[in-house]
Amino acid sequence: MSELNLAKAAEFAIDYAKKKGIDQSEVSLHLGTGISIAARQQELETVEKHNDAQFVISLYKDHKTGSASSADMSEQGIRNTVDAAISIATYTGADPCFGLADADRMATQKKDLELYHAWNADEAEMLGIAMRCEQAALESSDLITNSEGASVNSYSGSDVYANSHGFLSQSRASQHSISCSVIGSNGDGMQRDYWYHSSRNAATLDSPEEIGLVAAKRTVALLGSRQIPSCQATVMYDSATAKSLISHLIGAIKGGAIYKKASFMLDKVGQEVVPGFMTIAENPHKLGGFNSAWHDGEGVVTPDYRAIVDGGRLQSYILGSYTARKLGLESTANAGGVRNLSVSNTGQTTEQLLSDMGTGLLVTELIGSGINMVTGDYSRGAAGFWVENGEIQYPVEEITVAGNLIDMYRNIVAIGDDYDNRSNTECGSIVIENMTIAGS
Amino acid sequence: MNQQHLTIAQATLLEPTGLSAEHLNQLMQKLTNVNGSDFADLYFQYSKNESWSLDEGQVKTGSFNIDQGVGLRSIVGEKTAFAYSEDLNLSAILTAADVVSAIGRQGQDVQAKNIWRPQGIKPLYSELDPIASLDDASKVAILEQADRAARDSDPRVKEVMASLSGVYEVVLIVTSDGRQVPDVRPLVRLSVSVIVEQNGKRERGSSGGGGRFGFDYFDSSMIEHYSNEAVRQALVNLEAVDSPAGTMEVVLGNGWPGILLHEAVGHGLEGDFNRKGTSAFSGRIGEKVASELCTIVDDGTIADRRGSLSVDDEGNQTQNTVLIEKGILKGYMQDEHNARLMGMNVTGNGRRESFAHLPMPRMTNTYMHAGEHDPEEIIKSVKKGLYAVNFGGGQVDITSGKFVFSSSEAYLIEDGKITAPVKGATLIGNGPEAMQTISMVGNDMSLDPGVGVCGKDGQSVPVGVGQPTLKMDALTVGGVQL
Repeated sequence: MSELNLAKAAEFAIDYAKKKGIDQSEVSLHLGTGISIAARQQELETVEKHNDAQFVISLYKDHKTGSASSADMSEQGIRNTVDAAISIATYTGADPCFGLADADRMATQKKDLELYHAWNADEAEMLGIAMRCEQAALESSDLITNSEGASVNSYSGSDVYANSHGFLSQSRASQHSISCSVIGSNGDGMQRDYWYHSSRNAATLDSPEEIGLVAAKRTVALLGSRQIPSCQATVMYDSATAKSLISHLIGAIKGGAIYKKASFMLDKVGQEVVPGFMTIAENPHKLGGFNSAWHDGEGVVTPDYRAIVDGGRLQSYILGSYTARKLGLESTANAGGVRNLSVSNTGQTTEQLLSDMGTGLLVTELIGSGINMVTGDYSRGAAGFWVENGEIQYPVEEITVAGNLIDMYRNIVAIGDDYDNRSNTECGSIVIENMTIAGS
Repeated sequence: MNQQHLTIAQATLLEPTGLSAEHLNQLMQKLTNVNGSDFADLYFQYSKNESWSLDEGQVKTGSFNIDQGVGLRSIVGEKTAFAYSEDLNLSAILTAADVVSAIGRQGQDVQAKNIWRPQGIKPLYSELDPIASLDDASKVAILEQADRAARDSDPRVKEVMASLSGVYEVVLIVTSDGRQVPDVRPLVRLSVSVIVEQNGKRERGSSGGGGRFGFDYFDSSMIEHYSNEAVRQALVNLEAVDSPAGTMEVVLGNGWPGILLHEAVGHGLEGDFNRKGTSAFSGRIGEKVASELCTIVDDGTIADRRGSLSVDDEGNQTQNTVLIEKGILKGYMQDEHNARLMGMNVTGNGRRESFAHLPMPRMTNTYMHAGEHDPEEIIKSVKKGLYAVNFGGGQVDITSGKFVFSSSEAYLIEDGKITAPVKGATLIGNGPEAMQTISMVGNDMSLDPGVGVCGKDGQSVPVGVGQPTLKMDALTVGGVQL
């Protein structure tokens, strides 16, 4: 099914729902193709071809809702899926807050956010890239003794969102990535680490050799890891792990968690939740961004820029139309999540942060999910490096870092300018004082 | 599997688009018409999924999904080519088969004969469609009852969130070694979680269960049991003090805490990691990797269990595989590909999330056999330590052997007695080392209630775990109290 037909299928679905007496409906359609090539020990390991189709309808009748989805976008398939959603809406309960986003909030200015960049590499070329990436890692050190391989992925898709206000948007997007994971050993144990880069435009990907070398360097650095005694210490999350702290904060201010009172961030709008030097903003129109869009998942126009936390103070919750109505507020155009977060920094480089910290733990890996979103209690497995006199001393493993997120956010003392730009959240290393480390 | 399974599979997957036995042979010829072809398969799947969820005392949302398609795979030595089609018309599948067969140079014809053979495999669950087994109004009523039961059990309950889901799956696996194996798989699950509040302090608790049967499993007493359990757990946590931090004696309760075995042992014994030599357990068969009190198995053959399968996703009968016997590493969990390359037998552990994913070695129900100790005796033996009875998720780094799992209900043990409840904390250890410190194993082996989901390489599959109460002499507890 072509892109044009996706729009036609969307209109067909909404028309059919209308004929069935449905007041309001919205549909999302997706078609995507991709290829993944993996090489291991300098040989081709897997070739996977992806070919995805998805049609989803949500509809509202007398303030009741139902949704259904299927890969079948034939007219009969669409009719069956719409009928299934109507059947569901017969049995769900009525809630006046259900419905499409308000018609006057629909986006009207289509923007080209440069999300689609074709990559014309064939399978042989992609295999070559994966092999170069792995080879760079394998040859970089005698301590690299095994490999989980390197892979190259390329995916592109077309999306249509439409609703019964008459809103319809079509977009195309691509995502390409290179990743590598290798194993090192030094006689008394093995360690594994990985590195990757991902971009909408393959031309801007880091070189495969660079990715392989970083994977190898990170792996070798972990060799000889040991447990440290339990202690209270300053913890620095490197830029790759720091973004998890931002995502816990975002999770806690999502409308769904707030109206169910299942969050440690209740009633905090207008209050200082992180130190005054911190601003967290979303940039939905960023060109080529990981989550850029000119409208949200309900067609509501997105802003160019919105500070979610400004000068340390929480500005608003993260709301779609349903959660906004539940809370008596306006949608913040966040149906489908936050878009391209940027976190401010306090100006230091990684080295300066380590030097300012003096003694403490540098966390480079987190494992497990020990977070209670109702209380903010936080306890996760970690690995990284012990730092003294501002310098890395030795690698550390089999420890946990724990605290309460409410306190941890207040105890942030610095954020580096060493941004990791590989995901929806751009953030530097974050230094937090006074955390508990459990070890031997 | 019986004739009825084959009839259902053919009617669901082949007949609507007129696929015949001849067409299947034609497809298999394409997949195996590759120089040095070792194995190829077609995985036809139809999957219907329905879920309902409740909050604020009302079933607010419901969703329904149908997926179907066929995954095509061809293996040459260590190389695998894979493609899939959501369109079950012959021409679409042939296109996907062309993509797959392009992996190798054209070779000689391999004559594949896909003849249905009953194989005497006994189905472990009914072939009913759980979604059709109960009307929608009654499904809504299950959730409403869960809500009422939770609210009635304690005035401190402020919010109840409950969800009910049902899956009906029909698969037909056609392999290059001449097998054609159907399976029809029901799966249901009910989850209840609550928020309680007292003096401005809020806490959560959750419970649930399910398995491969119909919604009638959730009768009034079962629903009440889940709701009461979620409330009980939340109220315990209201009173919880800070968890201790450091390495100490840890007693794990029976049942769901078996997630220990899934993380500390299970993943590290999957065939793919061991073939590649990337697991902390690689090359250690015959060695002592746990205390002699530990006998651990992966058993896909328990009737009606969430983690069970009559046949795995490669058409092989599941089995009860001994992984560790009295502390000695006995074997790995294998799929077709890794078993062939390692010269071992398949163990019925080849699983995949769907037709759109490649199969790999995965766990089914992983548990430890019972020991001899009375659970009370085990608690009594601890001077100062942690007693953890409920857990959230876990994770493992199979190469370094480091594993974590996070408690959601735990207590201090002081002088052989269970005292104050403590807040959730992550427990961390090194698999092969931590298993050596198991010094007491209870006589109260039980399996979990049927809620487990395992993730590997981005693929989720339902699993089960179980264990008796057991004591580890030294495990690191990630609390905040030094």
